[in-house]
Amino acid sequence: MKRYPRLRALAATATTVPITLFGLVLVTFLIGRVVPIDPVLAIVGDRAPQDVVERARLDLGLDRPLPEQFLRYLGQIASGDLGRSVMTANPVTEDIARFFPATFELATLAIILAALVGVPLGVLAAVRQGTWIDQTVRLFCLIGHSLPVFVLGLLSLLLFYARLGWAPGPGRQGIAFDGMVDVRTGVLTLDAVLARDWPAFWDAVAHLAQPAGVLAFFSLAYIARMTRAFMLAELSSEYIITARAKGLSGGRIVWRHAFRNIAVPLVTVLALTYAGLLEGAVLTETIFSWPGLGQYLTVSLLNADMNAVLGATLVVGLIYVALNLLADLTYRLLDPRVR
Amino acid sequence: MSGSTLHDWLLSDAPASRRQAAWAGRYQTWLALRRNKLALAGLFVALTMLVVALFAPLLATHDPGVQNLGNRLQPPSAAHWLGTDELGRDVWSRVAYGARITLGMVVAVVVLVAPIGLLVGCAAGYAGGWLDRILMRVTDVFLAFPRLILALAFVAAMKPGVESAVAAIALTAWPPYARLARAETLRIRDADFIAAVRMLGASPWRIVLRHVAPVCIPSVIVRVTLDMSSIVLTAAGLGFLGLGAQPPLPEWGTMIATARRFILEQWWVAVIPGIAIFLASLAFNLLGDGLRDVLDPKQR
Repeated sequence: MKRYPRLRALAATATTVPITLFGLVLVTFLIGRVVPIDPVLAIVGDRAPQDVVERARLDLGLDRPLPEQFLRYLGQIASGDLGRSVMTANPVTEDIARFFPATFELATLAIILAALVGVPLGVLAAVRQGTWIDQTVRLFCLIGHSLPVFVLGLLSLLLFYARLGWAPGPGRQGIAFDGMVDVRTGVLTLDAVLARDWPAFWDAVAHLAQPAGVLAFFSLAYIARMTRAFMLAELSSEYIITARAKGLSGGRIVWRHAFRNIAVPLVTVLALTYAGLLEGAVLTETIFSWPGLGQYLTVSLLNADMNAVLGATLVVGLIYVALNLLADLTYRLLDPRVR
Repeated sequence: MSGSTLHDWLLSDAPASRRQAAWAGRYQTWLALRRNKLALAGLFVALTMLVVALFAPLLATHDPGVQNLGNRLQPPSAAHWLGTDELGRDVWSRVAYGARITLGMVVAVVVLVAPIGLLVGCAAGYAGGWLDRILMRVTDVFLAFPRLILALAFVAAMKPGVESAVAAIALTAWPPYARLARAETLRIRDADFIAAVRMLGASPWRIVLRHVAPVCIPSVIVRVTLDMSSIVLTAAGLGFLGLGAQPPLPEWGTMIATARRFILEQWWVAVIPGIAIFLASLAFNLLGDGLRDVLDPKQR
């Protein structure tokens, strides 16, 4: 192994991931066990006779000691069983599979928008360090860090939907298009393209634009801030001074020399931001009635539907770990200095 | 005159006592911070909020809980500076009392979290070995959930309210402190002064508590200040989702959640608490950035 330091680092990461995953499951299990709501009563109702309650308790394995319950829970999760949602009466895994594409669509568009705007802004601020452009970008970033995403969402609805009428209202598609497009991937824009249904496609895009824009603004601030910091460090290094001394043009130095070197840490930042969007999505989806994982989570929460809550929490945790791992791996694989 | 002698005493090259040297250090930090206008603005807003929170009963023009259904959803006026909400309650008075709840939650979380994180991190870094590995895996697990999501699941398991919101945010907030304190500890663990204390026969606990932890405090202060901003946002987010402070408590996020229904006509009822959240969060961000430049020049 000694001759393959990258492999060794990968092996080290590979051993920490299962431990983290185990911890994730343990945390959701423990949260599920401290609930003051009796899971049995949630299923049979509080007027059920004593023997029905007892039978349900035995069925759920709740009479067994905690470690045994945990092992059973682990086994269920390993086979992809997250229990049944009390609210929708479907298996939680099915529910999540149905709600996830909406969140995926929203978060993906948001990260693309945020990267397209945030990265150039950060580079610009770094190149023009100390000028009014730099100050404006920094102020913009600070606002993005400080503004609650749900307030921004409400303001956006107020302005673009209610006052200007530019954007359609909350939801994922207009009433006229409801159920008109066959569900293939669950990603509505993609489904509309596959069905060659262009009016439905533009309707979906119009509905997507506002929540995605709000969510993008949220992560744009972080991306621009990090880009600026990376770029500043790079621009003050010696090879850039050499390049300047050789008489290379400013644009060439920035994009061909400095930007190439910050591209790898930027990929990491983007992956982490993407993971963070899941969090912003919970609030954004509530504001825009977007039927995604975040809304599923909050609605289940308010109905004390613990299987659904813990299932969704676990899935979000898994995605989060996967994205972090991805960021880590790309960093290791792309940057020859990390060995 | 006494101002300038105090200034001289604080900047003396030859401090006569430990107290003078300590205050000289603090004074220089203040002088450096004072040069940063934005950080001062942040400090000013944060202090204003503190004053509003402390003297809310004096500053409020109305009782924040008294309803007046004949006077619903009024725009700002001389009688109601920021208008009234859907039950005719005075919005300014509710926002002022809301500062108490928000700042109270922030302080409660910080008081819970910073010492725990500091202790765990210092212990892990100083002891090393299996203790370090176990503690860091535990922080990994908590860092593997997005903050709001873990807080949501935790609140769901308890009864929604201010106390469980504080507990949930604290549960999600401590790992970064542990990481930070551990990194600082690793940096100084093999320093000569630690070796000297150890040779004098100090116990590991004494070394960690009296010699390692104090070195970590400046970076923890910076982190706490920046974190306060995200605690404000998470608390408001929980309130907005109906899982934090419960109505009729005038918590800012909760106020927005109820005022949301009237956003199209009476937008100010929702927007005013939103501005309060924004200002609070912005103030802590500005102050934190300024403090970082002064206390912790290593981190950019």
